[in-house]
Amino acid sequence: MVLKHLRIAIVSLILFTGITGMIYPLAVTGIAQLIFPDKANGSLIKQNGKVVGSSLIGQPFSNPEYFWGRLSATAPYAYNAAASSGSNYGPLNPALFDAVKQRIRALKTADPQNAKPIPVDLVTASASGLDPHISIAAALYQLPRVARYRGLKEKQVRMLIDQYTDGRQLGFLGEPSVNVLKLNLALDELVPLSQEK
Amino acid sequence: MTANGIFQIVFYFAVLILLVKPLGTFMAHVFQREKTLLDPVLGPVEHFIYRLARINPNEEYNWKENALAMLLFNFAGLLVVYVLQRFQQFLPLNPQRMSAVSSDSAFNTAVSFASNTNWQGYGGETTMSYFTQMVGLTVQNFVSAATGLALLALIIRGFARHSMKTLGNFWVDLTRSALYILLPLSFLLALTLVSQGVVQTFSPSFSVPLLQSTIDINGAKVTEQQIAVGPAASQIAIKQLGTNGGGFFNVNSSHPFENPTPLSDFLEVLSILLIAAALCYTYGYMVKDTRQGWAILAVMMIIFFGLLSISLWSEQHGNPAFTSLGIDQTSSSLQPGGNMEGKEVRFGIPNSVLWETATTAASNGSVNSMHDSYTPLGGLVALVMMHLGEVIFGGVGSGLYGMLVFVVVAVFVAGLLVGRTPEYLGHKIETYEMKMASLLILIMPITVLVFTAIAVMTDAGRSTIFNPGVHGFSEVLYLFTSQSNNNGSAFAGIGANTPFYNVTGGIAMIIGRYWLAVPTLALAGSLAQKKFVPPGEGTLPTHTPLFIFWLIAVVVIVGALNFLPALALGPIVEHLMMH
Repeated sequence: MVLKHLRIAIVSLILFTGITGMIYPLAVTGIAQLIFPDKANGSLIKQNGKVVGSSLIGQPFSNPEYFWGRLSATAPYAYNAAASSGSNYGPLNPALFDAVKQRIRALKTADPQNAKPIPVDLVTASASGLDPHISIAAALYQLPRVARYRGLKEKQVRMLIDQYTDGRQLGFLGEPSVNVLKLNLALDELVPLSQEK
Repeated sequence: MTANGIFQIVFYFAVLILLVKPLGTFMAHVFQREKTLLDPVLGPVEHFIYRLARINPNEEYNWKENALAMLLFNFAGLLVVYVLQRFQQFLPLNPQRMSAVSSDSAFNTAVSFASNTNWQGYGGETTMSYFTQMVGLTVQNFVSAATGLALLALIIRGFARHSMKTLGNFWVDLTRSALYILLPLSFLLALTLVSQGVVQTFSPSFSVPLLQSTIDINGAKVTEQQIAVGPAASQIAIKQLGTNGGGFFNVNSSHPFENPTPLSDFLEVLSILLIAAALCYTYGYMVKDTRQGWAILAVMMIIFFGLLSISLWSEQHGNPAFTSLGIDQTSSSLQPGGNMEGKEVRFGIPNSVLWETATTAASNGSVNSMHDSYTPLGGLVALVMMHLGEVIFGGVGSGLYGMLVFVVVAVFVAGLLVGRTPEYLGHKIETYEMKMASLLILIMPITVLVFTAIAVMTDAGRSTIFNPGVHGFSEVLYLFTSQSNNNGSAFAGIGANTPFYNVTGGIAMIIGRYWLAVPTLALAGSLAQKKFVPPGEGTLPTHTPLFIFWLIAVVVIVGALNFLPALALGPIVEHLMMH
């Protein structure tokens, strides 16, 4: 009895490996590459034929001329998309408050006049460490700073923010969110930075 | 919470409930070997498997022979996953040149994927080759879920049959579950996910220039961003549908390549509960009284909604200590607000919490937000969901058979209270059934509490705790709760990839899966042999609101009493410290 079932176990496992471990992923890959090649390969953003990033993967920003994204807990550098990670700080962990206070200090240093309350997503780390988005509130909070450093009217920057805001899908799913990398790329196109800092 | 947030939750429940009957009926047809729409395509594949593996589809076994078949099949799978990890450096499809996984981690992962736990002590994109992910892990995603479904089919027959020795054929139920239920749904979901931006490629990871250069922790300048990709969509689809939960990337479905949009999120979180919810209808259909299935689904829904509300309230409230720092945590049409540490902006609070509750209710364990960073009450909800024994939806198959054990206990206790012989669906509930049921109810809490106690008393256990204070204790409690219940989610700060946690966790997962499955099969085998007892005047009807309420009370009291002291030391103290 044991041998009979052992034989079935081994043969059926081999067959399932073929069906679910090889045919299935290969079929999905084949069809995906045919119908959705851009999405299947990482939703890359191209400018003049050159890849400048992925529209789904955030990048780190700290210059005042750019909009900043979420905090990122990836190592060894922020927004390392080869080693995704959250901070995993518990709600009472002193390290959480250190990180939050450091971000608040950086925001205040870059824009001392801004006394508005800071949107919470701008001072907290995302789950993935790669969040490409911030809330509309977090973009509006940074708007005066970016406009000033870029020599742009606030109205112009506001229009860009609206342009790179992903609304709720189907009108109600998820949260409206601003794609930070796309917004910053658009800013650079409008007002090229003289040199990278 | 905003009106839109509430609407999203209502919409989720509405879609889920609408799908219960059609999918539930379909699965009943699959288990009963009746005609389905997929026969022309999958029928030949099914018979090809029977022929090659020498399965006689018309042969039926008693519970012991089915248990033996299940254990042999799972052990073979475990062995394959172990070997693949240890030798992946010599195998193809390894463009990142991943080296062999350590023996203790490979053991833990092999048990984890064979037992439908999918606890991950490793980071996917930094540890496993594409070959290991596909041929080892994706396969186990399918067959461990199919094992759960096959076990359930056998056990349901035990409840449906009278005066019979056999429960069915494990191999037939396994094959049909994988081919007719899991494979088509995964295929559709995988392609839909790619349309949203989930990656599906065999290219190696690549780098893109950073718009603004940054510095790493050593102070060196970084001008390029490394981006990991891979054949993710095909694995993500089955990990959601099969209550597996093991992500392609380290941060699971919070990774933008694993869950890029609110729509992908909706489909993934719907998939977590879809099969488990529909199985309730399948059960009612197979015992020829669909009211029994709806009653069980009502119990699951009510407990789910109660705990979901607590977590939603707590997370949307945010971190009280942030207010004095000048941080705005209110929710509005401009920002999600609330406790955003460890959450993604595109999901906000309602979708993160819905996922947290669903993934711990079902024994899925995938995450779209970091549970370790939840408020104490938010984290408590995840723990309580698992402490109830993964019977609120639970794993595909295993959740419902766990709940059926609670039904037997509820009927028995009610019978004792009024002094009547307890009976359920025409079966007398007697000593043997109650022995098996008690075993099931006791094993999980003992495993969780004993291992947690050992871990917090030893240096090996304490040394890799990440968060200071009581939250550190919660991390250990969560780890063993998750593994003993085959959930797989984590308070992920804890360094779990150590020989101590890999070995103890591996043992906990084996106990949690097989030591519960075998007695439940025995219980079903015993029920099937009993003569039919026609319901009399004293029979307790098991589909009424009264019974629904009674079953909720039994599930909650058993679950709550076992773990209240442990919870008091962790999240409850933390909540009091926070306020």
